[in-house]
Amino acid sequence: MSALVRTHDLSAGYNGRPAIERVSMDVQPGERVALLGPNGGGKTTLFRALMGELAPMTGSIESDVRTGSVPQTERSRLDYPVSALDVALMGTLSRLPWWRRPGRHDRHVALDALKRVGLEARAHDLFGELSGGQRQRVLIARALVQDARLLLLDEPYSGLDTSSAERLTKLLRDLAGDGDGIVVATHDLEQARGYDRVLCLNRTQVAFGPPDQVLDGPTLELTYGESIVTLPDGVHRGVLPPHHHC
Amino acid sequence: MIDWLTDPWSQEVLRRAFAEIVLLGVVGGALGCWVVLYGLSYGAESLAHGLFPGLVAAALIGAPLIVGGAVGIAVAAVAVAAIGRLHGLDRDVGVAVVVTTLFGLGVLLALSPDTPRAIQGLLFGDILGLTDGDLALAAGLAVVTGIGLWLLHGRLLAVGFDRDGATALGVRALTVDVALLLLLAAAIVVAVQGLGNLLVVALLVAPAASARLVAQRAAPMMALSVAIAVACGCAGLYLSYHAGTAAGASVAAMFVLAYLAAAAMSALRSRSV
Repeated sequence: MSALVRTHDLSAGYNGRPAIERVSMDVQPGERVALLGPNGGGKTTLFRALMGELAPMTGSIESDVRTGSVPQTERSRLDYPVSALDVALMGTLSRLPWWRRPGRHDRHVALDALKRVGLEARAHDLFGELSGGQRQRVLIARALVQDARLLLLDEPYSGLDTSSAERLTKLLRDLAGDGDGIVVATHDLEQARGYDRVLCLNRTQVAFGPPDQVLDGPTLELTYGESIVTLPDGVHRGVLPPHHHC
Repeated sequence: MIDWLTDPWSQEVLRRAFAEIVLLGVVGGALGCWVVLYGLSYGAESLAHGLFPGLVAAALIGAPLIVGGAVGIAVAAVAVAAIGRLHGLDRDVGVAVVVTTLFGLGVLLALSPDTPRAIQGLLFGDILGLTDGDLALAAGLAVVTGIGLWLLHGRLLAVGFDRDGATALGVRALTVDVALLLLLAAAIVVAVQGLGNLLVVALLVAPAASARLVAQRAAPMMALSVAIAVACGCAGLYLSYHAGTAAGASVAAMFVLAYLAAAAMSALRSRSV
């Protein structure tokens, strides 16, 4: 089976300056890829390039499937007058011609997508009144309505409690089981160990491969620099949360 | 009671005024929802005030007001865009400088001895002095706005919800912004003739702001906003006819009352939850 997306020696950036360089990766159908890297390491740039919003400066991106982006829910306006179904229906914008409004069939598709993420009963609830985990799943439903076969999720676990996180993990596993490709940007090293492959990115590609081959000390130090610490058990390693200077 | 309701309809001037206020109510009520949801209230007021010299200049040279208004709003928009590019100047401050300068220029022109005495109508509107042409213009505006908002609805909703997310859905946020601003500019230029330079913003903000307090979702908000705009517009005309008050000001007063009622309802509801 051919890859959902494949990059070769990709560089992309802004105003003529590359923010990521030499990225060669691919996502196969049914595969879950964790994207690790520090803030400012180029994760968003890679996502924007995979979405087609940024043209490669050098190298190439090959993909013949639709790519859906699942942003962090904090970016959405919670005081906005939309229901979960309204948000899911926004996914039709990328496949309907500009003069067509979503019809009955599109509503069925959106309701089906909400059912797939376990939220059919909350379809008519206001988006802003849902929990963080439910909002994240609505945004995944929106990407499913787009008919996206490759989903790019930007730190979807941030702010989720344990049960919401477990539910999200199961959903992503189910979607991959249906043949979709999943790329999750995360800082959670333990979580990344559960994925099929891991891409470590710090402005340039540090490593790409199965977690047991990639997640070793030298690679993590190259990826995170001084932010990587060994936990008190002496075995596991973690990433210090990014701190902000006032 | 029946006479109280039907009396104003015996006069052609008032029949036209009712038709105009219903058409402008539909436009202002629907478009106003996006003005409120996109946080464009200050921008709408700035455009309305910034086009004043264009209106006065048209009155001075005897050109149609619609042309003066259109030129005035284009000049105001270009001036606001240009000052927004100056470094070190806060955008709000820049807009305020441009708008007060333009409005001051309009007043200066209005006070010239050559200006017709009807200048008051430009500031406060002359809804009782409308021609068939004005009505046709308002009807055309209602059709264009209706079609425009119907086509743009999903995109407007997506961009307002999450601008970057909308881009990822294939929506060009800048195109949506420009389309909304063009509709807004057209509405201001047409409505300013009936409601005046100072009161037109009330139509574009108050009904939608009232509906926002009561309605939970975009479509009901829009329907309620249109209903409030039309009902308050008509109530204002009745008040003006029976109490002998200025028409534009009476309509604006009704908008304010509707907002206060919606705010009270919203406060009661949040206390009972």
